[in-house]
Amino acid sequence: MTVLQKKTDNPIEHLTPEDIELIGKELDEIRQGVVDSRGESDARYIRTVIDVHRKIELGSRAVLLASGFAPAWVVGTIGLSIAKILENMEIGHNILHGQWDWMRDPKIHSTTWEWDMASPAEQWKHSHNELHHTYTNVIGKDNDLGYGIMRVDEDQPWTPMYLGQPLWSFINACFFEYGIAAYDLELGAVIAKKQTGDPEFRRRAKQVLAKIGRQVRKDYVIHPLLSGPNFLSTLTANFVANVVRNLWSNSVILCGHFPEGVETFEKKSIDGETRGEWYLRQMLGSANISGSKAMHILTGNLSHQIEHHLFPDLPSNRYAEIAPKIRDLFQRYGLNYHTAPLPQQVGSAWHKIIRLSLPNGWLQNTTARNLPTQLVKLWKMTTGKPRVRRALLREQAALAAA
Amino acid sequence: MTATVPRPSSARPALRTLRDRALRWAELVTTPLLPADYLDLVHPLRAGADLRGRIEAVLPETRDAATLVIRPGADWRPHRPGQYVRIGIDVDGVRMWRAYSITSDLGRTDGCFTVTVKAIPDGKVSNHLVRRAQPGTIVQLDQATGEFCLPEQRPAKALFVTAGSGITPVMGMLRNHPELTDVVLVHSAPTAEDVVFGAELRQLAAEGRIRLVEQHTDTAGLLDAAAIAELVPDLAERATWACGPVGMLEALEEHWTAAGIADRLYTERFRPTVLVTGEGGTVSFTKNGTTLEADGATPILDAAEEAGVLMPSGCRMGICYGCVLPLREGAVRDLRTGEVTTAAPGDGVLVQTCISAAAGACDIDH
Repeated sequence: MTVLQKKTDNPIEHLTPEDIELIGKELDEIRQGVVDSRGESDARYIRTVIDVHRKIELGSRAVLLASGFAPAWVVGTIGLSIAKILENMEIGHNILHGQWDWMRDPKIHSTTWEWDMASPAEQWKHSHNELHHTYTNVIGKDNDLGYGIMRVDEDQPWTPMYLGQPLWSFINACFFEYGIAAYDLELGAVIAKKQTGDPEFRRRAKQVLAKIGRQVRKDYVIHPLLSGPNFLSTLTANFVANVVRNLWSNSVILCGHFPEGVETFEKKSIDGETRGEWYLRQMLGSANISGSKAMHILTGNLSHQIEHHLFPDLPSNRYAEIAPKIRDLFQRYGLNYHTAPLPQQVGSAWHKIIRLSLPNGWLQNTTARNLPTQLVKLWKMTTGKPRVRRALLREQAALAAA
Repeated sequence: MTATVPRPSSARPALRTLRDRALRWAELVTTPLLPADYLDLVHPLRAGADLRGRIEAVLPETRDAATLVIRPGADWRPHRPGQYVRIGIDVDGVRMWRAYSITSDLGRTDGCFTVTVKAIPDGKVSNHLVRRAQPGTIVQLDQATGEFCLPEQRPAKALFVTAGSGITPVMGMLRNHPELTDVVLVHSAPTAEDVVFGAELRQLAAEGRIRLVEQHTDTAGLLDAAAIAELVPDLAERATWACGPVGMLEALEEHWTAAGIADRLYTERFRPTVLVTGEGGTVSFTKNGTTLEADGATPILDAAEEAGVLMPSGCRMGICYGCVLPLREGAVRDLRTGEVTTAAPGDGVLVQTCISAAAGACDIDH
C-alpha cells in the first residue's frame, strides 16, 4: 500500500470537486436526521448498557471471591472480561466522544466520565478525539497509524529493526491500555527529544501514574485481598480479564484503519481541505466489521468504523441505522465500502503487519520453493553492510514489480 | 456535676462520618466508578445520594393541570409553605430543570410532597409532566427554596392575588396555615373549569375560611389593579401575596407603590422578564473548548446547554446566582435591564448566565 496521492489507480480520480461537495452535503443531511431524532429510546439504550455492565461486573467480581474453585474462576473471568470490554468500548469510548452529552446528564457526560483504563480520560480525549479523528490516516499526523512504533506504509524505509514488528505488536496488543497511555503522553517523542523535564509533561505523567496506581491496586491488590485464601487465583483472573479486553480492543482498532485496502494520505493533501474532502478521507480511511448485533455492541459499534469516523459524536446505537444509507452513497459515487467479518479483518491487518515488517516485496517474492534462498537474502539484508542491503532491497522491489 | 450547654445529639454526624469513611474505602474497590454508582442501582433515594425523588402518582386537576405526588430522597428537608422546588426531569431523553411551587400539606404522613403543574402552550417540560409523566419515574431534585412565604408573625389580614398556575404557592400556604382567619383570594382563570383547585377553594369559601373572588377572564376580561382595589376596599390594611403573569405583577407593583404600601406586597415570578435584546455573538467556553453562536435574545445558559455543555444552573430567573461564571473577555447583556457588562482580557467578571445573552464575542471560563 502507498499513500493515495501516489497511487497509479487513484480510487477518487473519477470524482469532481462538485461530487465531493455533494457527498458532504448528503452526509450533513444524514447527520442532521439523527440529531433531530435523538430521544428517549436512545437515552434508555445507553442507560441500559451501563446498567448491564455494572451488574455483570458486580456479579463477576462476586463470583471471583470464590475463584479458588475452578468453575468460579472460569465464569468470573469470562464475566469480568465481557464487563471490561463493554465498559471500554460501548460505554467509555463513546461517552468520551461526547455521543451522549446531549442528554445533559452530568453522570453520563464526556467532561465527567472516567473509564477502566490506564490512560486518564482527559488525555485520551485529546490524542484520540482531537488528533486521530481530525488527521485520520494522514501519514506523519495521525499517530494512531502504527502508534509511532510500527512500519505502516511501504514508503517508510525498511530497517532490520522492523523484523521484530510482529512480536512487539503482539506484546503491545496484550498490554494495549498501557501502550495507549504511553502514546497519549507522547512518551516516545518526549524521550527522543529529551523533554522529560518539561513541567507540563511531568504533570501529565503524574496523572497517568496515579491512574495506573488506582487501577493496579484495584485489580491486583484489593480484589485479591477481598478473596482471602483465593488471593492468587483472583489476581490471575483479573490479569486474564485485562489481557482479554486489551487483545479485543486492539483487534477492533486494528480492523478500523489497518486492513489491506484502507487508504492513507499525504500530509500536504489536507492543506485547505474542505468539509466534503474531510468526509471523503474518513470514508476511504476506515473499514467496517460485519457481524451480529452482539458483536457490534462488544466492539462499541466501532464495527461501524466508517459511520463512526464520519460522525464521531452521534450516539453509537444509531450507526447501524444509517449504515445502509452510507453504503448506498459509496455505491453511487463508485467508492469501495470496506467491510468484512472480524476474523478476515483481523487476519488482513496482521498480514499487513507481517508484510511490512519485511523488506518491500519480500513476502510476495517468497514461495515454498525459493524460501531457503529468500531467507539467505533476508539474513544478508539484516546483517550485511548498508551497500549490500540497499542492493538487495532494490532487487526485491524490482522482482515484486515485475 | 457542671452545667453544660445542651448539644444536639452527635449520633447522626458520627454515623455520617463513618459512612463517608466507609465509602472512601469502598472507592478503592470500585474505581474508576464510585460506590454511589452501584448503590444507585438498588437505592437511588437513600441518604447520602444525590437528591432525587420518585413520582408516585400523577393526579389530573383540570384539563391542562396535574398534581405530581413525589417521594423525595432521604436527605430531603421539609419545605416552608409557599416555597418552590427545582425538578430535573428527562424529556425526550434530555435533562431539563424547572421550578414548581410545593402545594402539599406538611402534615402528610406518607413522606411525599406534591407540586401542581399547569401545561403552558409549547412548554416542553410542563406538557410532559402533565400529559406523559409516569409513576415510578425518578426525577432530580434540589432542596425547597424561595422567600414567598408568610412571616413568623402571621398577618391579621391577608390578600392573595393570583392568576393561572399562580395559585399553586398560595394553595401551599392555605393548606398549611389554617390559623389565617381573614383571607381574601382574588384568582383569575379563563373559565370556572380552568381554576386549579377550584373545588377545594370553593369549599374553603363555603366554610367561611376565605373570601374567594373568581375572575373568569374568557367572559369577564382581565382584572386590573384598580378593580382589585374596588373589590377589596380594606386593601391597605392587608399584607398581599401575588403570583401570576409578569404583566399582572408589574401592574400590582405600580398600584401598590402609588398607594404608598409597596412594602406590604410580596410577589413571586417564575420567569425573568426579557426586556432588552440585541446583537448576539460567538461564545467560547475556554476550559470546555466549545464555541457556539448565540443570538442576543437567548440566555447564554440555554445556548450552552443546547450545545451539550454541562452548565451550573439554579433558578433560571436571575435570583439564586447558581449559574454564575467568570467572563474573561467580551460583553454580555442583562436581558432584564439591557445593561451591558464588559470584561477586558484577563478579567473574571462574574455574570449570571441564565439572564445574560451574548452582546458580541465573549470568552467564558468554564
